[in-house]
Amino acid sequence: MNFVFAASIEVVTGIATLMLVVLGLSIIFGMMRVINLAHGEFLMLGAYTTITATNHGANIFFSILVVAPIVVGVIGLLVERIVIRRLYGRIVDTMLATWGLSLVFIGVVTTIFGNTTEGISSPIGPVTIGNISISGYKFFIIGVTASALLGLWLLLKKTRFGLIARATMQNRDMVAAVGVNSDRIYAVTFALGAGLAGLAGSVLAPIMGIVPTMGAVYVAKAFITVIGGGSAILIGTISASAIFGAVDRITSFATTPVIGEVALLISAIILVRLLPQGITGRFFRGGI
Amino acid sequence: MAHNRRDFLKTLASSSAVFTVGPGLLSTKAFAADDILVGGIHDLSGGLDLYGKPMADALVLAAEEINANGGLLGRKIKLITQDPQSSMQQYTQIAQKVALGDHVAVVMGGMTSSSREGIRPILDKTKVLYFYNTQYEGGVCDRDIFCTGATPAQNLAHGVPEVIRKFGKKIYIVAADYNYGQIVSSWVKKYASDNGGEVIAIDFFPLDVSEFGATIQKIQAAAPDQVFSALVGGAHLSFYRQWAAAGMNKKIPIASSTFSHGQEEVVLSAAESDGIITLASYFESIDSPANKEFLAKWHKRFGADYPVVTEFAAATYQGMHLWAEGVKKAGTTNRMKVIEALETGISFDGPSGRVTIDPQTHHCYWTARLAVCKDKRFDILDVWPDQPPADTQAVCDLTKNPKDDQQYVIRF
Repeated sequence: MNFVFAASIEVVTGIATLMLVVLGLSIIFGMMRVINLAHGEFLMLGAYTTITATNHGANIFFSILVVAPIVVGVIGLLVERIVIRRLYGRIVDTMLATWGLSLVFIGVVTTIFGNTTEGISSPIGPVTIGNISISGYKFFIIGVTASALLGLWLLLKKTRFGLIARATMQNRDMVAAVGVNSDRIYAVTFALGAGLAGLAGSVLAPIMGIVPTMGAVYVAKAFITVIGGGSAILIGTISASAIFGAVDRITSFATTPVIGEVALLISAIILVRLLPQGITGRFFRGGI
Repeated sequence: MAHNRRDFLKTLASSSAVFTVGPGLLSTKAFAADDILVGGIHDLSGGLDLYGKPMADALVLAAEEINANGGLLGRKIKLITQDPQSSMQQYTQIAQKVALGDHVAVVMGGMTSSSREGIRPILDKTKVLYFYNTQYEGGVCDRDIFCTGATPAQNLAHGVPEVIRKFGKKIYIVAADYNYGQIVSSWVKKYASDNGGEVIAIDFFPLDVSEFGATIQKIQAAAPDQVFSALVGGAHLSFYRQWAAAGMNKKIPIASSTFSHGQEEVVLSAAESDGIITLASYFESIDSPANKEFLAKWHKRFGADYPVVTEFAAATYQGMHLWAEGVKKAGTTNRMKVIEALETGISFDGPSGRVTIDPQTHHCYWTARLAVCKDKRFDILDVWPDQPPADTQAVCDLTKNPKDDQQYVIRF
C-alpha cells in the first residue's frame, strides 16, 4: 500500500516535471509558432543561474522562484529583440537561428563554468511514509507546477494583456489596426516563455547534475509534448504531459527508465497518428 | 662527436649551398642524437577534457622529472603534445602524424576504449610502442601495447567480498549502459556469488539518464543490503543527489567502482557523498612518502589549487616512468628491445604503490584500495597490494602466443 502511494507520488512528479519543462515551449512554439531549438538551453541557463545565485549567498528558494525566471526572461527578451523578431513566420530560419543560439549558449556557459558537472543539494529533506522514504522536494515540484499553470491561466484568461497576447498571435495585423503595439506584445510573450523555461531549469537544478549540454535531454521531449497537446496551449500541455508523463513513469517502474522513454515515444507516435492536430484538435476545443 | 656533426650540419644547412644534402642526413639521425621524442595524445578540449587534462599534466611532470635527473641514456625527453579534441577522427590522424612525421619513440595516451582501438592498429603498423594508461574493461592482448591502468578484476576481487562482509549479502547493481558498466556488473556478480553474496537486480542506464526517482523506489521495495554503483558521468551524478534527497543515504550503503573518477565528491555536498564506499587504486589521501612527494611536486608545478589529481593522472605518471625504466634497462629506445626489457617484469614505486608489468598480458599488477568518502575526502580502509590483472590473464598469454593481437571479450 505504501509502495503504491509512493509510486503514485512518483508518477505525479513525473507528470509535473514534464509540464513544467513544456510550459515555456508551449508559449514560444505552441502560441507564437517559433520553433525554439534553444529551449533546452533556456532551461540550462535557469539551472546555472540558480546555482550561481545560491552559491553567492542568495536564499535557495528565492533563486529558484525569482532570480532564475527573471534572468532567463531578460535573456529571452534580448534574444527576441536581437534575433527572433526578424524571423517571425520564417519557420526554417528560426530553426537555424535558435539552433545557433543554443550552440552559443552552450559555448558561453562552458567557457565561464567549464565542461564540468555542477550542482546544489536539495533544500528539502526526505519524507517518510510507512517504510518508504521519498524526497520532500517532489512535493515542491508538484506545487510549483500547479502554481505556474494557475498563474498562466489567470494571466491569459483574466487579464487585458492575456487577451491582447492571444489576439496578437491569431491576427497580428488586426490587433495592430486597433492600436496595439504588437511588436511589444511579441517581445513580452517571448520573454514570458523564456522565463518559464528558466523556472523549469531552476526547479530541476537541485535534483540534477548540471552540465552545459543538459538541455539536449529535454528539448525533444518538450517538442513532442507540445505537438501532442495541440493548439490550446494550457489544456494541451496538461493533457499531453499527463499521458506521456504517466506512460513514462509507470513503464519505468515496471521495467527501466530506458524502456520508459521508449514507451513515451511510442505513445507519442500513436497519439499523433490518431490525432494529427494534437489532443486539443479533437477534445477541449476552444480552450486555452 | 655527435654534437660536432650536428653543429656541422646546422652550418651546412644555413649556408643554402648544400640544401640537397640536407634531407637525407637530417631526417632521423640528427634528431635521434638529440632528444627522445614522446608523443602524448590526450583530450585537452571537448567532452572528455576533464579526464584528459590531468593525464597530460602528469606526462609533463614525469618528463620534467626524468630530464632533471639527467634524462634517459644521457638524452633529454621532449614531449610532442597533441589534442585530439575528444574526436575519434582526430585520434587516428594524430597517431599517424606523431608516428610517421615525428618518429616518436613511444606514444602515451588514449582515453576511451574506442580511442585506444582507433590508434592501436596504426601504431602496430607503424611499429611505434604504445602505452595506454587508463583504467578500462580489460582484455586487450597485443605485444605492442602496454595497458598500465587497472582493470575491473583488480579492484573487485577483494573489494566485493569486503563490502559483503561489511554490509550484507543482497546487492542491487546500478550501472552505466555500455561495455564498461556491463563488464563490471558481471564481475561483481561473479565475486558476489563466489563469496556467498547475491545480486538481486541489475539496472543499466544510458549515459544521459538523469531521472532516478522510479529506480530509487524500486530499490527500496527490493530492500537490498547495499547498492553497487558503476554509474558514469555528469547525468548519472543525479543518482547520488536524488538518493540523498530521499534520505536513502542514511538507510542503504552504496559501494562503487566509478565514484571519484569523475570527481563526483567535488560536485556533491559532503552530506550527500559521506559514507559512499569506493573501490579504486589511487586516492589523493594515500598516506605514503611516494604519494606525498608526488603531490608536492604536482602542486608546485601546476599550482596549489589544482582541483583533484585523479587515478588516471597517477597511472599516466607511472606509465611514463615504467617506460623510462624499460629504456634504461634496454639501453636503447629500439621498440623490440624496450618491449623485451619491460617483459622482464619491471616495477615502479609510484604514488599508487608498486606497479609491476605482467609479461603474460602487458598489463600491470596494481594496489587495490577500499575507501570511504568523508567530508569530500577519502579515508582509506583497506589496501590489497599487487593485484594481478586476473581478467585479462584468463584470456591472454603473450609469452605463449606473442603474435596475438585482439581485444578479448571476457565471458562468464
